[in-house]
Amino acid sequence: MRGSAARTLATARRVLLQLRHDPRTVVLMIVVPCVLETLLRLIYAHRRVAFDHAGAPLLAIFPLTTVFLVTSIALLRERTSGTLERLLTTPLGRLELLIGYALAFGLLAAAQAIVASALTLGPLGLHVRGSDGLVVVLAVSVALLGMGLGLLASAFARSEFQVVQFLPATILPQLLLCGLLVARAQMPAGLHALSDALPMSYAVDGMKHLTSEATPVAALWGDIAIVLAFAAGALLLGAGTLRRRTP
Amino acid sequence: MSGDVATQAVLARDLHVRRGEIEALSGVSFTIATGRLTGLFGPSGSGKSTLIRAIAGVQADVEGELRVLDLPAGSAELRHELGYMTQAASVYEDLTVAENVRYFAHLRGAKVGDVLERVGLHEQTHQLVRRLSGGQRARVSLAAALVGSPRLLLLDEPTVGLDPLLRRELWGLFGELASAGATLLISSHVLDEARHCDDLILLRDGNLVAQLTPAELVARTSTEDMDEAFVRLIEQA
Repeated sequence: MRGSAARTLATARRVLLQLRHDPRTVVLMIVVPCVLETLLRLIYAHRRVAFDHAGAPLLAIFPLTTVFLVTSIALLRERTSGTLERLLTTPLGRLELLIGYALAFGLLAAAQAIVASALTLGPLGLHVRGSDGLVVVLAVSVALLGMGLGLLASAFARSEFQVVQFLPATILPQLLLCGLLVARAQMPAGLHALSDALPMSYAVDGMKHLTSEATPVAALWGDIAIVLAFAAGALLLGAGTLRRRTP
Repeated sequence: MSGDVATQAVLARDLHVRRGEIEALSGVSFTIATGRLTGLFGPSGSGKSTLIRAIAGVQADVEGELRVLDLPAGSAELRHELGYMTQAASVYEDLTVAENVRYFAHLRGAKVGDVLERVGLHEQTHQLVRRLSGGQRARVSLAAALVGSPRLLLLDEPTVGLDPLLRRELWGLFGELASAGATLLISSHVLDEARHCDDLILLRDGNLVAQLTPAELVARTSTEDMDEAFVRLIEQA
């Protein structure tokens, strides 16, 4: 058990060290959400409600796309460089590897969410009814979902060009159907059912519970649970693609 | 029988591996003795990497009997005893030399020790692997396999692309490790390196050409030239 924890933490540390040697990526991850939220605030300069409506869901969409991208590329590299094959001949278990990654990317998503929400809820004046900490909890849950989807994408891509194409293929349809553009309740029945089946809908619902007066804040926990269930499902499916024996 | 088990690190009987349309190994049988330096030689495409991957437990579709340290190849317990170096330098380009080796040490619950001195990389400790030459990267990959002193070392072409002086030093290191009790299986396509080994396994087109000592090879083929010896051995077969 101690060995397992040590291997998991060593993996999380290794992933964070890789990020530390790539400061430009980390800066982009932290700065881009702030720039986009500021832009949104300027676009909706005289429409506070509209800013609340769009700005809050965005806080949940950033960690999904960011962590999806870093996970899919990091794991594609592990698969193609031979490091994954080597790791699987060491005592490191597949679950330990994935939890190590989850710790590192969860921490990254938390940092991103803390900075982005500090700006958005502070100077930009986005109105949130619950505690600010809930935004970070939701963001980290969504980051784990992004990691699960990225892990799956890495299994179906043979090159970095391909894996990047999975971002619009998997994230953009969810963005269209998540209720950001048209409220999910107003969609045609078929599309509404489809949006019910997509995890980003619950991430965005969660942020809406935090901002709108219509529903109790506590409803957020139900959405977080659903997002985490999707994340766990994607991670378990993805773990199955980390084959020890390959042709 | 128990005496046999103690002296055999690897036992392969009628090993077959199919990779798509190609039969990468077609009925190979051999044993590798514990505490010895065994060289795996053969031209490119002869099945060396497939054989090493099968012993490491990462090759799919292996048929036949394959026992490693008296366990079926690929057993979870073996992962504490194995140091595997893949043919491509499988280390993290965006980490320093020391960070790479420390990570693999932690995975085995071991200390880094003097492994970087032993592979001659102590001056590059804090350099990013991305900035190293091909030969230096290969040595980082070697260090990651050696760290923690595994009982069985499977090294796929560890000396390829290195200068002759360094190659000789590394073969010296492999010999020291075997003297200290480790079992090493080292592949190479440079037949001249066969003279550094205790035992030789010669592969060609997925078949075992011969398993013998370097002295036996010289005696059987009446030549000191290893390339020539290999040719004569194939002609005899």
